[in-house]
Amino acid sequence: MKTLKTLSLFFALLIFSCGSEETKKESSKVKLKPTEKKVEAKTTTTKASETIDLTNKGVGPISTLELPETIDQAMATQGAEIYKKMCTACHKADKKFIGPAPKGIMERRTPEWIMNIILDPEGMVKNDHLAKALLIEFNGSPMANQNLTQEEARAVLEYFRTL
Amino acid sequence: MKNIIKISIGFLMVMIAFTSCNNGNSSQSNGALSSSAAEKVYVAPGEHDEFYAFVSGGFSGQLAVYGLPSGRLFKVIPVFSVDAEKAWGFNEETKPMLNTSHGFIPWDDSHHPDISQTNGELDGRWVFINGNNTPRIAKIDLTTFETTEIIEIPNTAGNHSSSYVTDNTEYVIAGTRFSVPVPQRDMSIKEYKGNFKGTLSFIKVDPEDGGMEIKFQLLMPGFDYDKAHPGRGKSHGWFFYTTYNTEEAHTLLEVNASQNDKDFIAAVNWKKIEEYVNNGGGKMMPTNYAHNVYDDKTHSATSTMIKEVLMVDPAEVPGAVYFLPTPKSPHGCDVDPTGEYIVGSGKLSANVTVHSFTKMLDAIENEKFAGKAYGIPILNFEDVLAGSVEQPGLGPLHTEFDGKGNAYTTFFISSEVVKWKLGTWEVLDRKPTYYSVGHLMIPGGNSQKPFGKYLLAMNKITKDRYLPTGPEVTQSAQLYDITGDKMELLLDFPTVGEPHYAAGIPADLIKSKSKKLFNLEENEHPYAAKTPSETKVVRTGNEVHIYMTMIRSHFAPDNIEGVKVGDKVYFHVTNLEQDYDVPHGVAMIGAQTSELLIMPGQTETFVWYPKQVGVWPFYCTDFCSALHQEMQGYVRVSPKSSNIELSWSLGED
Repeated sequence: MKTLKTLSLFFALLIFSCGSEETKKESSKVKLKPTEKKVEAKTTTTKASETIDLTNKGVGPISTLELPETIDQAMATQGAEIYKKMCTACHKADKKFIGPAPKGIMERRTPEWIMNIILDPEGMVKNDHLAKALLIEFNGSPMANQNLTQEEARAVLEYFRTL
Repeated sequence: MKNIIKISIGFLMVMIAFTSCNNGNSSQSNGALSSSAAEKVYVAPGEHDEFYAFVSGGFSGQLAVYGLPSGRLFKVIPVFSVDAEKAWGFNEETKPMLNTSHGFIPWDDSHHPDISQTNGELDGRWVFINGNNTPRIAKIDLTTFETTEIIEIPNTAGNHSSSYVTDNTEYVIAGTRFSVPVPQRDMSIKEYKGNFKGTLSFIKVDPEDGGMEIKFQLLMPGFDYDKAHPGRGKSHGWFFYTTYNTEEAHTLLEVNASQNDKDFIAAVNWKKIEEYVNNGGGKMMPTNYAHNVYDDKTHSATSTMIKEVLMVDPAEVPGAVYFLPTPKSPHGCDVDPTGEYIVGSGKLSANVTVHSFTKMLDAIENEKFAGKAYGIPILNFEDVLAGSVEQPGLGPLHTEFDGKGNAYTTFFISSEVVKWKLGTWEVLDRKPTYYSVGHLMIPGGNSQKPFGKYLLAMNKITKDRYLPTGPEVTQSAQLYDITGDKMELLLDFPTVGEPHYAAGIPADLIKSKSKKLFNLEENEHPYAAKTPSETKVVRTGNEVHIYMTMIRSHFAPDNIEGVKVGDKVYFHVTNLEQDYDVPHGVAMIGAQTSELLIMPGQTETFVWYPKQVGVWPFYCTDFCSALHQEMQGYVRVSPKSSNIELSWSLGED
């Protein structure tokens, strides 16, 4: 019996040494996916673009963001400029275009979620149920990553506060 | 007993496990390739190769980028030939790149890539390559992997002894293979001897932006200047050129240029000539050549015609040029990493000749001359000879070095690579090539610091090595492992066009600098629309300019009316994406040009001449998103006499 155990251990080691790299990667992937997916199972009929969720911060580089009481007008102006250059190919301020209108988004989403969808749309579509639902609602048209810096995205967010 | 059986089974399984894990370690292997060779070239899915190899495209005129050791093709960089896939020479922005003193030339024969160096080591900033037929040198930027500059070489024909760089990329050089009348004139071919001339060109490279400028040309006797290499380390400041046809034959060179027992390696002290020129030496000579530069900000090229060149007569710069007699029409001219040895492979000679730089300097100092040719001193063969590799094979062509004291020479006629030792000249190993090898390449193998792990042999003939594809079969390269005492053939892989020379570099030296996109903010294209609000359609006479944008997955505008038969319609299309690997394409039905393939942040232009009344579609040619099929638009074309006003829109009912 002892011999058997030793042998099995030996086999285990062999297999491991044979393809350890592969095995490690696969297992880490397998672990990640279900945890992200299981966050919430949605059964509501409300459109993703109309869903109000002021707790979900999304998945991405921004985990906490405190907004000051007053709007920083200079930053908002700068944000409007960036928005015009980088976003208007797909977004109109107050009506649905290729993507949803940013007007009123502050009442529907957390600031972190907005920052994350701007900074990492691909990651959000993979890992955030709301972003995924939005993609489906908008005919599978992916949000483009326009490579904004965190500072630029923050300015765009400030502009959204003025809408 | 039971236990013993179990254990035996166990061992049997261990054996199986071992066998399935690594065939190569278990005794025999089948076929020419052992599985260890397969493992050495196996780059697992998603993993990266260790080296980049830039392989000349020969008569395709391009430069192909491969990974080593896998032999996988990543990109064909258009250089001297038009490329419909990338709109090179088809879009309005790149047409000036192919301008020459002969007008727009859509093709060339590209031969010898060489990577820029600093202190005699690869620095991975640019690759230079020569166009042989309509003489030109191109520079490829290794952040964009695109051709950003092409300079035509005047007074040159068959630009073959090109395009090699000095230790600090002070110069990239070009040399004429065919001597011609300089300046060109109407004269009898029979008067070749003594009247035709060969020029060697020194192109200064700006250390900051790599900008090229012909500093001077050296007016040499009318031989054929075949190959070249700069001095390295101790011989930095010199350049060496093999010559053939020192007979100065003008017909049936096959016979008439093979008469002399020895031709020459020309040794040129370029530092001395540079000093002479900087002090006002040389004569400005009227000429005409194109200098074409591509700008990453305007995403456009400009072509400037230059009307004069500084010509230097070597007879007027004593001590600048010498001839080293070298047996039988030497082809390859290669300098070892220390700069001491200059290897001249007489392609019709039985031996490989190696000259000593030290002995050369000594002979010059002591003025031990055998005579003069057109005023240029000829040194004695015996005075400069370091040694020769005796009868290593048939038809020696080119030599590269591994940095460990070994040299590797290709033999065209006997189809093999021979490894030999510098200094003792003994042959250490030989391996067959399949077949008729021309150049070889070791990454960094012509610099002071070779990366002596792999050797790439580039063959002239493949015959039966691949599945046949009619009379024309694939061109091919072969990879050898040179880390052991004996070379080991690892891999055959097909190449684009005939591979002449190649340049290899560790991937780590350049891959982190590879550009991911063009910043939209920095786009200075005069017809760029950087936001949807800048899109418009403008008419000037019968010219219509469409300022268009593209992003996943629509064009703006996508409905255009008011275009008429007989108009010349420019589509200026800007890709608004700012994400890695999201190019868009665009093509218009009936446009007599190629598609455009536009990188993020870039603007490109194609011209369309609508000839028929109707409503004609355009669409995105590069699958960009799930809605790629929806990325399309229409242009309404009305009769010439129509008075429909120009209008354009996106998303309006």
